[in-house]
Parts: sequence; structure tokens; C-alpha cells
Amino acid sequence: MEPHIQVKDLNAFYGKQHVLKNINIEIPRNKITVIMGPSGCGKSTLLKTFNRFFELTEYTRLTGNVLIDGQDIYNRDVDVTEVRKVVGLLAQRPAVLPMSIFDNVAYGMNIHNMKKDRNKTREAVQHYLEIAGLWEEVHTRLHDPATGLSIGQQQRLCLARGLAVEPEIILGDEPTSALDPISSQNIEKRLIELKKDYTIVIVTHTLRQAKRLADHVIYMYLGEVAETNSAPEIFTNPKHERTKQYLDGIF
Amino acid sequence: MKKNPFAKRHIIETCMKVIMLASLILVTGTLGLILWTIIKNGIPAMSWEMLTQVPKGGFYMGKEGGILNAIIGSLYLAGGGTVLALVCSLPIALYLEAYLGESKWGSYVRLALDVLWGIPTIVYGAFGFAVMVSLGLRASLLAGIIVLALIELPIMTRAMDEVICRMPLEVEQAALAVGSTRLEVALRVVTRQMLPGIITAVLLAFGRGIGDAASVLFTAGYTDRIVTSLFRPTASLPLAVFFQLGSPFPEVRARGYAAAFILTVIVLIVSFGARLLSSRLGKYTIK
Ligand SMILES: Nc1ncnc2c1ncn2[C@@H]1O[C@H](COP(=O)(O)OP(=O)(O)OP(=O)(O)O)[C@@H](O)[C@H]1O
Ligand SMILES: [Mg+2]
Repeated sequence: MEPHIQVKDLNAFYGKQHVLKNINIEIPRNKITVIMGPSGCGKSTLLKTFNRFFELTEYTRLTGNVLIDGQDIYNRDVDVTEVRKVVGLLAQRPAVLPMSIFDNVAYGMNIHNMKKDRNKTREAVQHYLEIAGLWEEVHTRLHDPATGLSIGQQQRLCLARGLAVEPEIILGDEPTSALDPISSQNIEKRLIELKKDYTIVIVTHTLRQAKRLADHVIYMYLGEVAETNSAPEIFTNPKHERTKQYLDGIF
Repeated sequence: MKKNPFAKRHIIETCMKVIMLASLILVTGTLGLILWTIIKNGIPAMSWEMLTQVPKGGFYMGKEGGILNAIIGSLYLAGGGTVLALVCSLPIALYLEAYLGESKWGSYVRLALDVLWGIPTIVYGAFGFAVMVSLGLRASLLAGIIVLALIELPIMTRAMDEVICRMPLEVEQAALAVGSTRLEVALRVVTRQMLPGIITAVLLAFGRGIGDAASVLFTAGYTDRIVTSLFRPTASLPLAVFFQLGSPFPEVRARGYAAAFILTVIVLIVSFGARLLSSRLGKYTIK
């Protein structure tokens, strides 16, 4: 099957600092791809090039291409808001919008004019809250402030908000690192359910989480992709010396 | 584990507490004194008539009449000025936030606003007057509103800018991440988060507008009649206070205090109203 995301000769710079070096990777469709590597190796940066968040930082420069379904998202005539609609992001720490639980989920549908009327919006809000596994806990207080939720619930709300704009790809930058173990498990469970419909790319520092989630692994080291392979391959038979050391916990 | 009250850090803490308490008492005491002076001197002259009538013949010598002309004039002036300033400052503040940010141009605009904030209001009045003279216009409600709007604009814009700066970056990014444009982030997210702060900014500006005498002296004039047109002069409460306190007649001076009392009450009502409103709206903001 054709890869969902293709990265070709990608180089990224913060000022003069060269943080991504000649990245060439392919990310398979409807799989969970996990990006691993030591701190500062450029995992978050790579992820940010997929939804064009990298350009939000000043004094950055990017060369090369990122193709989604064969379409270069850095092409001049590409609408960045459409890219971000297709590529959802689950941040490290949940950031709810200053509005009610309901409006948080409805926000994206409203700005993209996706629902014809209030009833359709209501159905969709319920649908996505159910997918995110939050409906049971919040259906009696949909119009309360989203800030009143626990951190774990807020992260699931962010998931629902992201899914509500009907993306094809979900990015997660250590999406469970701020959560307690039960909430983390909950998010992991959602991600595994979601991969039949979405392409998922996750950065994680937890080897065990990587083993639970990954179908495909990208191992990065000092701004380069050191090794990329299917999960069973890389976990049982790592080719690269650095990968081996990382998996053995030598870092 | 026993506490030694003479240890250096405990003595410092106690001293600091005393200093803080003393300045608190000084400030609230001054405020109380101001209110007490106005009330003590103004209450004897307060009457239903003061609130509901315009000056009659001999009013300025202590005869019948009230200051309805000044009350209505001030509400129109400050209300109009505040609305006009809001209409202009919200886009400026949002533009500063969304497009200029911390850039060089952003800091130039902020500097200019701070300078404008610091200019004495009499200078605005004189400026307005000079413009009016060169255009051959006379003092009017509209001119007063425009000058007050100019005075309120930098206060409001900077106050809004400050609250907008405190917008958590992750929240904006969360909105961008689902494909918002910058404008949608500004209008749908930033304003929501900022609404309580914006109301406070508006209130601050209204308070400065309604209390200012120097700027409306030349531009809005004064008249004993209730203003009915934007192009006519109008009375205002600060000037009513100013004129009447300068009178040789004690009854008229008492009315000056009464006018000051009315002005204060208007400001208090507006502040409490805004407080109530912003705590209602503040329900959804992220702290
Ligand atoms: N906003 C920024 N400005 C300048 N340099 C940055 C910025 N963000 C990241 N960097 C640098 O880019 C390099 C890669 O950072 P990145 O955040 O992608 O690493 P990471 O692999 O996600 O690390 P971690 O596991 O600690 O999150 C680092 O050397 C970092 O110092
Ligand atoms: Mg990172």
C-alpha cells in the first residue's frame, strides 16, 4: 500500500542550528508509527513539520518535501489551515479552549462550517466524545467550563476536539507523559482503536509504551534517522548500534 | 523545632507585614476620606431636584434648579467616547497580538501608545480646540466625544494588550492545530479568554473619560440646557463641579460637592456592574 506520509530530503534549521538532517522516511497508512530517540534528537521537530507547526517558531528554515497522499504540503498553493485540518495534533500537555466542554469539541466543526445545523453539531459532539471515551463522564455537564476537567479528561477532550474536524492523520508528541497511569492506558486504548481509521504518529520516551503501540518504529539520533523498520523487526533485531543501546537502556 | 521570634528572618517578615499593612491603611484611609468629604459637604445639597432638573434662573446664586444637564451630558460624553475608543482599540490590540507580536514594529506601536497615555488631558483638549478652530467648528458634544475617545484609546489598547499578552501560547496553538486562521484564533479564542479583562479595560477608560474636565472644557463647552444634538455644546459633571466649587455662595459650593458625589456614584455603579459581568463571563477563562 502507498505510504500516507512521505518525507524527502528534509532539513530543518533553528537559526543556524541544523536539527533535522536529510530525513527520508515513509509513514504507512492506518498504522501506529512510533518515533523514538534520545532527548534533543529532533523528534518533536520532525512531528511539527507534518502539520506545518514548525513555521510558527521564528527564524526557522526548512528544505525538502513532506508529501501527504502524494501532495507536497509545503507547496505554495497549499492552504495551511487545510493541512492542519487533515493532520490533527495531540499535544504533550492538554490545552483546552476557554469555553465549555461542548464548545471545545464543536469549535473545529464551526470554523470549518462542517455541520448544517445545531442538531447535527450536537450529534457529532456526542459521537466524538464517545470515541474519545469521555461521553459517560461529561454528558451531564456539557456546558460547564472545560477547565473543570481533570488533566486526563482534558487530554481525551483534546482528542475529541481534534477528531471532530475529521482528520486522516493524528500526531501525538508524548501525549501521555503528563498523565497518570490509568489515563495513559485510556489514551493508549483509544489510539489502538483509532488506527483502523487513522494514520497515527506518536513520539514517546517510554519503551514499554512503544512496544504496546508501535506497528512501525523510527529511531532518531542527533537529527538523523538512524533506523526505521516494522516494530517486531526493530525490537527483536535492531540493526543500528545506537538503537541497540537505546533498547537495552544504556542511555 | 521551637520558633524563635527574634530570628532575623522572622523579624524581617514582621517588619514587612507592618509596612504592607500601613500602606494598605493609608490608601483605603485616603479613599475613605475623599468619600467622607464629598458626602459630608454634598448631602445637604442633594435633592430630587438636583437629579431631575436643569439650572433655572438664579441657580448659580443658590436658587432653584438641578444639574440634569451635566449628568446627561457626562453620560453621553463618556459613553460615546468609550464606545468609539473600544471600536478603534479592539482591532489595534488584536492586530498587535496576531500579527506584530513581540516584533520591532510591535514595540514601536506599544511605545507610541504609552507616550499617548502619558500626555496630559489638557493637551488633548488644546489640540482638539486648535483643530476645531482651524475647521471653523464650535464646541459640541461630538467634539467632546472624539477628544475623550482619543484620551481613552491608549489606555484601553494597552490594557487589552496586556491581557492578550497573558494568553497561554498552548491554547492558541491548540486552536491553530485544528486549522484555524489567525483571525479565527483572535476572534473566537483570544477574545473569549480576554473578555473579563477587556471589560475591566473598558471600565478603566470610562472612568478616566467621565472624570476628566480639562479635555471637555474647550471641546464640549457648557450649557444649561440638555443636549439634544451631536453638534451642540453640552454640560458635563466635572465642569459642573469645577464651576460651582469656585462660587462665592456656600449653597452653590455645596451643590458642587453634590455634583462630585453624583459623579462618584456613577463611577461606582459602573465598576460594580462590570465586576459582576466579568465574573460571570470569567467562568470559562483559563487561569
Ligand atoms: N524553539 C526552538 N528554538 C531553538 N532551538 C530549538 C527550538 N526547539 C527545539 N530546538 C532545538 O532543536 C533540537 C531538537 O529539538 P526537539 O524538541 O525536536 O527534540 P526532541 O527529540 O523532541 O527532544 P525531547 O525528547 O527532549 O522532547 C534541540 O537541539 C533543541 O535544542
Ligand atoms: Mg520533544
